[in-house]
Amino acid sequence: MHELGIVFYIIRDVKKAAEENGVKKVSTVVMNIGEVSTIIPDYLTDCWRWAADKEEMLRGCELKIEPIPAVTHCDGCGKDYPTVAHGKNCPHCGSEQTWLLRGNEVEIKEIIVPE
Amino acid sequence: MKNTYLRNMDSVKIIEIKKSVFEDNDRAADQLRTELKRKGVYLLNLMSAPGSGKTTTLIQTINRLKDKIRIAVMEADIDSDVDAVKIKDATGVESIQLHTGGMCHLDAEMTQQGLNGLEDRFDLIILENVGNLVCPAEFDTGAVKNAMILSVPEGHDKPLKYPLMFTVCDTVVINKIDVMPYFDFDLEKCKEYIHMRNPEATVIPICAKTGEGVDAFAQWLFDEVRQWQNKSSIETNKS
Repeated sequence: MHELGIVFYIIRDVKKAAEENGVKKVSTVVMNIGEVSTIIPDYLTDCWRWAADKEEMLRGCELKIEPIPAVTHCDGCGKDYPTVAHGKNCPHCGSEQTWLLRGNEVEIKEIIVPE
Repeated sequence: MKNTYLRNMDSVKIIEIKKSVFEDNDRAADQLRTELKRKGVYLLNLMSAPGSGKTTTLIQTINRLKDKIRIAVMEADIDSDVDAVKIKDATGVESIQLHTGGMCHLDAEMTQQGLNGLEDRFDLIILENVGNLVCPAEFDTGAVKNAMILSVPEGHDKPLKYPLMFTVCDTVVINKIDVMPYFDFDLEKCKEYIHMRNPEATVIPICAKTGEGVDAFAQWLFDEVRQWQNKSSIETNKS
């Protein structure tokens, strides 16, 4: 259900970008999805198929997902570490003073259109 | 569109977009907040899981504040109007029902449409968001502050499981404290977990059924509204 809401936003943004560029048909939409963005890629592509096929411009259009690995930075020791494996606690020094560097993205990277 | 350029390849064209899907909503939310500030209206976005006692808490809170400030409620649900009717019957304040049409959250545009002029007649508008701890946290509604209700039977570990919700909330109300002896709910642990997500969060334990602690929440909300209105009038006088 969450992914469907996101899909409606993607469709709106893609249609807007396509119209601004005088594009009638989009063949692929490439997304950057962060590992801890709470988006489940399979659900997103399933919802995409259902919703995109209802739009003339996006019928049959593929949704390609390029994952972005999540990385957390530790203020305690200054090192970075993979978020999913270690969560909030730094594996190097044990500090909880950590914050997410990247991995939260839900971003439309590009659209590919037939010439 | 800014940041858009074309790259020609053999038979396809790639149009670079590089845009967060939340970008338009974040902008709409900021616009709505600016507009509310100009009008001196406080919008509270209240979130929680289904069954945490949001509606009962609201009724108790509204009945403590309705003689001091003008209050309206916007109920957002996937379907039905049971909550809006319940609030109206129990408090007498204006209450409207929004249907999200299957969507699991409200965004700034839906909030703006739902308000539809309501903001001209009230000091405080409470948006009761869809019962859900995941999606509503991701979409800024344009509210001045976010609050959430966590009820004791849900467990004290929820801030660990739904980090974003507890990161975006300024106030966490812990409801149903009367049943604490029957559940393994550790209030101190819960506060610790909440503050891991948001060190500034205010935590208010209540029991909406008996009324215990509701005065504290009502007072917090009342002070928030007055502070917002003071800020609003200072800025209006300046301009």
